[in-house]
Amino acid sequence: MAETVTERRPAPGVWATYRMIAGMWIRSTLAYRASFVMMLVGNFLVTAFDFVVIALMFSQVRSLGGYSFAEVAFLYGTSTTAFGLANAVLGSIDKLGARIRDGTLDTLLVRPAPVLAQVAADRFGLQRLGRLLQGVLVLAGSLLSLHVHWTVLKVLLVPVMLLSGTAIFCAVFVAGAAFQFWAQDAAEVQSAFTYGGQTLLQYPPTVFAKDMVRGVTFVLPLAFVNWLPALYVLGRPYPLALPAWLAFTPPLVAAACLTLAGQAWRVGIRSYRSTGS
Amino acid sequence: MSDLIELDGVEKVFEVRRKTGRLRREKREVRAVDGISFRVPRGEMVGYIGPNGAGKSTTIKMLTGILTPSAGRLRVAGLDPSRERTKLAQRIGVVFGQRTTLWWDLPLYDSYKLAHRMYRIPDARFRENLDRCVELLDLASLLDVPVRQLSLGQRMRGDIAAALLHDPDVLYLDEPTIGLDVISKAKVRQFLRDLNAERATTILLTTHDLTDIEQLCKRVMVIDHGRLMYDGALAGLHEAGESERTLVVDLERELPPVQAEGARVVKVEGPRQWLAFPASASAAPLVAHIAQAYPLVDLSVREPDIEAVIARMYDGRPLY
Ligand SMILES: Nc1ncnc2c1ncn2[C@@H]1O[C@H](COP(=O)(O)OP(=O)(O)OP(=O)(O)O)[C@@H](O)[C@H]1O
Ligand SMILES: [Mg+2]
Repeated sequence: MAETVTERRPAPGVWATYRMIAGMWIRSTLAYRASFVMMLVGNFLVTAFDFVVIALMFSQVRSLGGYSFAEVAFLYGTSTTAFGLANAVLGSIDKLGARIRDGTLDTLLVRPAPVLAQVAADRFGLQRLGRLLQGVLVLAGSLLSLHVHWTVLKVLLVPVMLLSGTAIFCAVFVAGAAFQFWAQDAAEVQSAFTYGGQTLLQYPPTVFAKDMVRGVTFVLPLAFVNWLPALYVLGRPYPLALPAWLAFTPPLVAAACLTLAGQAWRVGIRSYRSTGS
Repeated sequence: MSDLIELDGVEKVFEVRRKTGRLRREKREVRAVDGISFRVPRGEMVGYIGPNGAGKSTTIKMLTGILTPSAGRLRVAGLDPSRERTKLAQRIGVVFGQRTTLWWDLPLYDSYKLAHRMYRIPDARFRENLDRCVELLDLASLLDVPVRQLSLGQRMRGDIAAALLHDPDVLYLDEPTIGLDVISKAKVRQFLRDLNAERATTILLTTHDLTDIEQLCKRVMVIDHGRLMYDGALAGLHEAGESERTLVVDLERELPPVQAEGARVVKVEGPRQWLAFPASASAAPLVAHIAQAYPLVDLSVREPDIEAVIARMYDGRPLY
């Protein structure tokens, strides 16, 4: 039989790859459907516990750092929704360390598809939606009970904030994953920034020390996830006497973060060393 | 461009840190691949052998783009593996004997279905290739079985099929017959031979089983300590290593050591005697002579152990 030179087609894109791999993982766990529901509910309840703590606090006090319950709920909702989206898409990227350590990343690298998308979809599970669901519910509740003078600008700023916030969290996830190529146990550090950052942003900046606020504004720009735009929506004064136009910069900050994280990822993957067997 | 694989002075150095004290760590360099150059033309089937830790797997990982070389130049199908890894993936197939690419919890067929979509294989081509693999590798009864339930040999056959559905130009096999029984080995070898003959697929194969090489590869490369020690025909390798085969004869009774030209007795145990003779020589005249001069009951020929051949060969400098 003569050799047929089949036309080589371009590699599937990031999104197509993600869907394929996530689909395989969903099917892998489909056998345990009961456990899926349990995990979804469990995920929802565990993350909802954070909000219960805040609600309990407000049964004792009327304001927290000068913010009302509805306002804190708005911060909580925006932070949790942005993080929940990023976590749903990239949440298992911190398992990359294990794949690097045992060398099973090899098998992903020989496929004709973007590795980052494969790693992001690795061990995908629908229970990751639990946290997102919870964030959206709290956000919806806060929007209904807030006393804000809504302008067009403010209304537009809410979805922009959520998307940029998601992108910033995604960048932190990817940068953390890239770091695991050098330190495979860096997952802990990464979750301090992702999970820890999310919790931090659920509270108003006025409850934290100034240095802390400076850190998350200028060093790791988590303040752009929700604080800066949200304070504009709420009509609250800025921490550190920052200018008000910063409320509209999150998309730029997000783009910069994603670019840096992408670079870190490329450097990381080139220094991957596999294992000896 | 008829050379599908090209290596020029390729090196891979691993930096390993070792704990030497409570807090002190020592950095050490391991030169896993230490300046290798070779070329493989389209359609050739090459054996890549050498003792444990020689650098075989490391070479293959560089050829697939998994590892970035520390120095030197690599090209596979005209592409730079580590820089154009995803593009190259369309043109190569890889089987790691030690590691599966199949989906553990899903039926075997699902892994193939994913390859169909991920490599964007035309439907007709996919069916044709799959049917062929299923038939020749005996996979029909395994397609619905979750991969975790397959035996090692079954899984390996499944992995080989998975690496070939997209018609790769080059196939790398890193110990594809490890742990297989005789029948499975024969099946895999026949399959590879057909593949090479019919589709001109270029195959680079590492193994510790010399029979694989003998039955499949005209050309063999020996690597040790990251250096290419030999590149040529298998027969020449035996000469280069001055290797010997062993003739084991069972006589009717205990006798003094057998006298035969071109062979020497290396061991006697009761009526059984071991004779060493050059691997490049034919066993037939020797057997004929012994059968005529001694009361022969049974005999067998043992092939030289590849590791022994290489060990004997290795004295620090290339042999060609
Ligand atoms: N990821 C790694 N980190 C550090 N050293 C490594 C790594 N991978 C391989 N090595 C070292 O490089 C050398 C070559 O290893 P390699 O796996 O290529 O050998 P091999 O020829 O495939 O051996 P085997 O026959 O045992 O499979 C060994 O000394 C090994 O310890
Ligand atoms: Mg090896």
